[in-house]
Amino acid sequence: MSGRALRRHLTSRLMTVLVIILSFTAVLALVLILGNLIAKGASSLDWAFFTRSPVPAGQSGGGVANAIVGTVIVVGLAALIGVPVGVGAGMYLAEYGAGRLGFLVRFIADVLNGTPSIVIGIVGWTFIVKPSGRFSALAGSVALAILMIPMLARTTEEMVRLVPHSLREAALALGYPRWRTSLKIVARTAMGGIVTGCLVGIARVAGETAPLLFTALGNLNFSLAVGQPMQTLSLQIYVYATGPFDEWHRLAWASALVLMGLVLVISLAARWVTRQRYGSVR
Amino acid sequence: MVASANTRLRLEAAHVTALFGHQRAVRDVSLLFPAHTVTAIIGPSGCGKSTLLRCLNRMHELTPGATVSGEVLLDNVNIYGGDVNPVELRRRIGMVFQRPTPFPTMSIYDNVAAGLKVNGGRPRGEIADAVERALRQAALWDEVSDRLRTSALALSGGQQQRLCIARAVAPQPEILLLDEPTASLDPAGTQRIEELCHELKRLYTIVIVTHNMQQAARVSDYTAFMYLGSLIEVGRTNDVFTKPQVEQTEAYITGRFG
Repeated sequence: MSGRALRRHLTSRLMTVLVIILSFTAVLALVLILGNLIAKGASSLDWAFFTRSPVPAGQSGGGVANAIVGTVIVVGLAALIGVPVGVGAGMYLAEYGAGRLGFLVRFIADVLNGTPSIVIGIVGWTFIVKPSGRFSALAGSVALAILMIPMLARTTEEMVRLVPHSLREAALALGYPRWRTSLKIVARTAMGGIVTGCLVGIARVAGETAPLLFTALGNLNFSLAVGQPMQTLSLQIYVYATGPFDEWHRLAWASALVLMGLVLVISLAARWVTRQRYGSVR
Repeated sequence: MVASANTRLRLEAAHVTALFGHQRAVRDVSLLFPAHTVTAIIGPSGCGKSTLLRCLNRMHELTPGATVSGEVLLDNVNIYGGDVNPVELRRRIGMVFQRPTPFPTMSIYDNVAAGLKVNGGRPRGEIADAVERALRQAALWDEVSDRLRTSALALSGGQQQRLCIARAVAPQPEILLLDEPTASLDPAGTQRIEELCHELKRLYTIVIVTHNMQQAARVSDYTAFMYLGSLIEVGRTNDVFTKPQVEQTEAYITGRFG
């Protein structure tokens, strides 16, 4: 092998090894977090953990049923508010957003995307909690929805833009009005991507704590009233992890594991939806 | 011009000029399309033949910045008149594009029914009949009749293009516009589409844009040659190909440019 060929060969090898190491470093974070959570939290996962509410401080036992149900309610309500607005805004941006208003909406969505989530929590407090006079799950959902909307708007826009222009033309040439083309042809074609975007957005806000501190507040009792303070897993973790009791720390680890599992399941569902829709096309 | 007194005139372009911004893609073209004939528009790439076609069903104006002047008469009514609704007009003029464009989320059946459903208010049985008739007209029925509910994407390119023809003819339009319908097909698929043109002209008035001169010679009754946005020559296909009147036409069909 000549000197130059040898050098190229060695450089190639070196680079390959380098990117492999870097890839593992990226994955390492997830492995460490998940491993740590399982090591410290898995032993606390029993029937009571999922079915019972917390017991008073100092006692042992009890569970986080209130937080699990609360997470589902607060995040579900947030999705109910955020998905129609976010997806609708994304459709508008992709189909009609060529003008000045589209530019403005896009710019605002980008700014909102970069806004720290605690600021959105304060906004929720200022505009809902303070006027209504009490913390509530609904206020938390609104805060999470505000967080979700710009994400969904931008991903929906991306997905709708991927639909080939020729499909639009084919529908218009058949005598489809423009709105019906957008809805029946373009949106339906992009549906897999839009649903994936929604699930990723929901998974993303499910782990948020900061926006809920000033809105849903947290609740040590089981509650289904959306007009009242409500516990979520993230808030539970925050309270338990910063508390002084070993029992609380144990439950915090377990709660973190459950929350992580929940996000993982939603992400996997997103993957699955994507494959269902696009598997055959690719 | 070319239409003799006993053939009925369906479509007429009168002094049509099409612009993209300030750029003129079609320059003052006047052309007659007699009923139940196939008219081929030929010319080199960028000569404006596709743009002219898109002026005939008001698709051109959908491109941002695109405008049209002149008149297009469908049964002596100017389709650019103020009281003509372009969406309803496009239901009377079917169009098939260069590449097959089946709707990916729809089954074969729903693809063909798409144009019928958008018209609204038809009973289910009537739609089913129309779908079968359209698929038969597009010579696709025998190949897909046992899998109408499967995805249209599973079809081959040639089948997809015939599906698009079926979709275009299902609402029984009066005019059929074909924009290089065989550009992405293999010779066998091309042949089937060309045979279809002969079949379909009994029912519709067909305008076909093609850059394949043999195709124009095979399928059309009349041929129009365009160059740089202008109509250079039009006449019976046989005449245009055997004794062209204009030197540019002769140069193009003998392959000296384009």
